[in-house]
Amino acid sequence: MSTTAVGYAHDPDFGRPESVHGQASGHGARGPAPKRTVVGYGFWIFLLSDVIMFSAFFAAYAVLFKSTAGGPNAHELFDLRNTAIETGCLLTSSFTCGMASLAVGQRSQKWTQIALLITGLLGFTFLALEFHEFSGLVARGAGPGRSAFLSAFFTLVGCHGAHVGAGLLWLGTMMAQFYAKGFRQDIRHRFLCFSLFWHALDIIWVAIFSLVYLVGTLPPELLP
Amino acid sequence: MSEHSDFDAGSYVGEDRVPGEPLPEQRSVKEEVRGYVLGLVIALALTAASFWAVSSHEIYRQGAAVALLVLAVAQMGIHLVFFLHITTSPDNANNALALAFGVLIVCLVVFGSLWVMQHLNHNMVSMGTLMQMQR
Repeated sequence: MSTTAVGYAHDPDFGRPESVHGQASGHGARGPAPKRTVVGYGFWIFLLSDVIMFSAFFAAYAVLFKSTAGGPNAHELFDLRNTAIETGCLLTSSFTCGMASLAVGQRSQKWTQIALLITGLLGFTFLALEFHEFSGLVARGAGPGRSAFLSAFFTLVGCHGAHVGAGLLWLGTMMAQFYAKGFRQDIRHRFLCFSLFWHALDIIWVAIFSLVYLVGTLPPELLP
Repeated sequence: MSEHSDFDAGSYVGEDRVPGEPLPEQRSVKEEVRGYVLGLVIALALTAASFWAVSSHEIYRQGAAVALLVLAVAQMGIHLVFFLHITTSPDNANNALALAFGVLIVCLVVFGSLWVMQHLNHNMVSMGTLMQMQR
């Protein structure tokens, strides 16, 4: 035992419970991580799995991009002005969501509610614009049933829209919880998850507006 | 030797951080707001660059799709750092590792699908030829 002690003398963790008992406690040298860390890490894993699901939709879209079955292609369909406004809404809402998390850190009920309200309104504007775009496409006979390309497009963009819709519901309940129960620790943990979710949705939208809308509006002969 | 000084070599004692959480050194609200504003400004600039790359003819046209991909990846990185606060600090290692694994899987799914499907298309008899053979 004494030789072991000499061998580990340089180890800064020596003398911690783990080393004393000679077996791993599973908590590392610093003891269990704070709950906030564990909650954030777990939700981050969920978000990554969500991103992987989106990557499968992106792959399907890329594979089916040219399968228009004689119907309209991306170059003819997409309206970049609408996409630009949607992008501005979602990017700004990500920023105001960050402002809300700062307000929660300051325990300011007023600014938390204001920042979350702006976030929600911008998210709602985004959804309304997307719904308007989709209904316009369907009215032009370019609905999801028209071609494999349009099926993949509606699935990918619609799935993101469904996430934004779910995020809006979540945002509403967060506002109500902060209002009714104050800045309790468990509610702040929920809000941490919500803000991660909302920022992650914006990251997915970056991929959608760049690789679906902008690449789609390039003349077809420029694409590989 | 105090409990504190044992463990502060290159790390933050007992303060594991997660995405969205402020930096361990106490930053004022003003500094944090500045961080978000900086992130927003860079993200907006990259977005504007993407739209500009499509509408203007300044960029070599054959390279426009690649330029858009690069700008998109850059903007995702900006969002990760400034909004989600994923960094490479020692207390963020678990989050960064999970992200690296996620990126690996995403690349496998996207590029793997494109690669396999392109070869399938290449090797498949086209519909027109098939019709002629049946005749």
